[in-house]
Amino acid sequence: MFSKVNSGGLKGVEGYRIEVEADVSDGLPSFSMVGYLAAEVKEAGDRVRTAIKNSGFHLYPRKVTINLSPDDIRKDGTAFDLPIALAILGAYGIVDMSRYHDSAFLGELGLDGRIKGIRGVLPLALALQNEGIRQIFVPEDNLAESLAAERVSTVRAVSLQEVAALLNAPDAITPESGDAFLREKEESNCYIQDFSEVNGQSAVRRATEVAVAGRHNILYIGPPGSGKTMMASRIPTIMPSLSREEQIELSKIYSVCGMLPPGRTLIRNRPFRAPHHTISPSALIGGGKTPRPGEVSLASRGVLFLDELPEFQRQTLEILRQPLEERKVTIARVNATCDFPADFMLAAAANPCPCGHFPNREKCSCSELQIRRYLGKISRPLLDRIDICVEAAPITYQDIRSEGQNEPSEKIRARVEAARRIQKARFAGSAIFFNSEMGNREVKRYCMLGKDEDAYLKNVFTKMQLSARGYSRILKVARTIADLDGSTDIRRRHLAEAVGYRDLEDRYWGGKA
Amino acid sequence: MNEREKEYLYWLNSMAELGAVSLRRLYEHFHSYERIYHIEETELKQAGFLKEKQIRAIMEGRERYPRAREEYRSLGRRGIGTVTFLDAGYPQRLLEIYDYPPLLFYRGHLPENGVPTVAIVGARGCSRYGEQITEKFAGALAAEHVQIISGLAAGIDSAAHTGALRAEGGRTFGVLGCGVNICYPRTNYLLYESMQEQGGVLTEFPCDTPPLKQNFPMRNRIISGLADAVLVAEAKEKSGSLITAELGLEQGREIFAFPGRITDRLSAGCNLLIAQGARPALCPDDILEYLGICHHGKLVIREKNMVRLAKREKMVYSFLDFNPKHLDEVAADTGLSVTECMDSLLELELGGYVFRTSNQYYGRKL
Repeated sequence: MFSKVNSGGLKGVEGYRIEVEADVSDGLPSFSMVGYLAAEVKEAGDRVRTAIKNSGFHLYPRKVTINLSPDDIRKDGTAFDLPIALAILGAYGIVDMSRYHDSAFLGELGLDGRIKGIRGVLPLALALQNEGIRQIFVPEDNLAESLAAERVSTVRAVSLQEVAALLNAPDAITPESGDAFLREKEESNCYIQDFSEVNGQSAVRRATEVAVAGRHNILYIGPPGSGKTMMASRIPTIMPSLSREEQIELSKIYSVCGMLPPGRTLIRNRPFRAPHHTISPSALIGGGKTPRPGEVSLASRGVLFLDELPEFQRQTLEILRQPLEERKVTIARVNATCDFPADFMLAAAANPCPCGHFPNREKCSCSELQIRRYLGKISRPLLDRIDICVEAAPITYQDIRSEGQNEPSEKIRARVEAARRIQKARFAGSAIFFNSEMGNREVKRYCMLGKDEDAYLKNVFTKMQLSARGYSRILKVARTIADLDGSTDIRRRHLAEAVGYRDLEDRYWGGKA
Repeated sequence: MNEREKEYLYWLNSMAELGAVSLRRLYEHFHSYERIYHIEETELKQAGFLKEKQIRAIMEGRERYPRAREEYRSLGRRGIGTVTFLDAGYPQRLLEIYDYPPLLFYRGHLPENGVPTVAIVGARGCSRYGEQITEKFAGALAAEHVQIISGLAAGIDSAAHTGALRAEGGRTFGVLGCGVNICYPRTNYLLYESMQEQGGVLTEFPCDTPPLKQNFPMRNRIISGLADAVLVAEAKEKSGSLITAELGLEQGREIFAFPGRITDRLSAGCNLLIAQGARPALCPDDILEYLGICHHGKLVIREKNMVRLAKREKMVYSFLDFNPKHLDEVAADTGLSVTECMDSLLELELGGYVFRTSNQYYGRKL
């Protein structure tokens, strides 16, 4: 007898429908599985047969054939255990599966028939919903994720025995209530950190605000313990809240990586990812035989923080260039080619010299060559994509003991949101959203200078020997500062501040100031 | 000294076992370097001042002589000049020191005899203040036709050379701790090249000698030996610059030093020298006066003219120091906002009143 059960597989961060077909026929007893399967899917055969036995079903020795279609996509993961088991039970006539052509089943089986959680339920549920599935049986661990597909009813699947019993008595099937998800949807973001905890560092604070407002990438330079990491980790708290679409997009990535917090459906905080400098290129960008998202995707819509930037392998940093330009990564591997979102703001930190105390010559005895060699490890092309470079002062005792009220994230966020609204209106109808993304054409169009300002910038340009790249970087940052100021025109003070954030180029690369 | 003799001196000079003093005594004893190539071992022994090791080196080194001669003859093609202690071009001041090098290699020119000369030495990892003040002094002295000697190292040395090169008609000479064809550190390549136009680089080490650690204390005696006075710009309490100053003192040179704050580690060495009797260098005049140079108008290093500055810029400037301060500090001191400060500081920077060491550190410019 033949039986067919719906399930889903993952390709990148998107799900697609898979049909699990089973046939039981006469002939020499055998068990074979076909359909371009990865090792863990082939092993499912042993798990499933044992689980079926231990769930109290008896299978007569017959010739069993399992097929997973579509045939041309490699299937991996353990989500197919439950549908395979049910297809077999259906083919043996133990469970009547013909009634469930609009249901899908997901879950890994233990040898005792218990159903275990899997990765990627959120994108799977959303994809299956679009494929016309109306009911999904989901492992208990992943219930919350499936609730995000609101047009589908989610059924809790605890064990194979229980699911089989439910399927034979359809009236007893009770979908999970979506209340928890609705409640979660209403929640606003909440961060455990806040900018009010940062004492002192007024220059860095300001630079951070400007960077976030125009989504400019930022480089912090400062001695150890000057609060570079502290500052960077609070960047998400001053970014505007995630929109619903962004939350879903982000949650899909986390779901695929199995990194959603237990019992929750959505990521509502903007992510802050700080990979260690020993990270391999494929862990950063994503990879694997069947591509999985890397840190750049996990940091999407949030902040990717690279502490000790010069310590990163050059090769690792070089690959950041594509995601920084295109806001996504394309990973091409044997089994599939996937696009992952990588729409992050880059924050990086570095010591000013190998010992970390330059320009304090009382403490620092690094030679100019050493300093240049140290900072020279940061690749030029990457540095070109960092608009704002700011130096943190060493922390003084007054800073630590300061009792004064620091500005909380909420207030800064309000200013950032206002600046971003201006940018949204400015770039309405074009493919870009932020000042940092402006190309030459946009810079020409939106960063017009008055006569005085033009003369001023010309003076700066010649006196400081700026490069063409440095020039447009200053204009872009000045545009953001003007937006923060609520000013339509770029004024002299905006330019002066932007010049203050220019990069290290002429300090450490070009020689002496 | 004729070319033939020079070839034999070159050959002997390339033996690591024979130092400057041994070479001089060999000449005093045998009156010819060529003779040393031909005489018996016993004769060398009878001379009495040579060690067993040195005699062996000379005997075994004979087979290398033809190659040494070829090398010597190729020097001219490579733009490298040589001068021996018997030649007229040899810097006469060097002869005053005990272990003057019998053979000097140079590119460009040699310091002229009878022209006042000052050596400027100091830390490689110097402060911005030290760098600026050194450049100013070197420039002021060079403009009065004082030859500036230094070691072509990073930091103070570079500042001294740069200052002298910028002055009109400035002449400056670098004494190297490696072969004269090698530029060390490589970052000073531009200096190394331009100095050969307006001065020169010289060394006692044969060509292709790498910059070995032990070479540098040796070249220090030449730096002080070439000069009438030694100016120590910035030096820590234990440093090569102090050794140079000490050598200078032994050689009877006048020592000058920039006084500094007693808490500054980079000024500790200078202050120590002053405490021991070195002359404090408060303005270039102090040194010129010692050299007996009269000039028109007083040379004083002083702060910038601030007349043209706006009120806020003046205020910001008044809170700055020669040692760079972080923007946060400036903002806190002046009570201005960070943005206002950045505006004023950029204005000052463009006006040449202020420098930035690195992104958010600002200091007064001399």
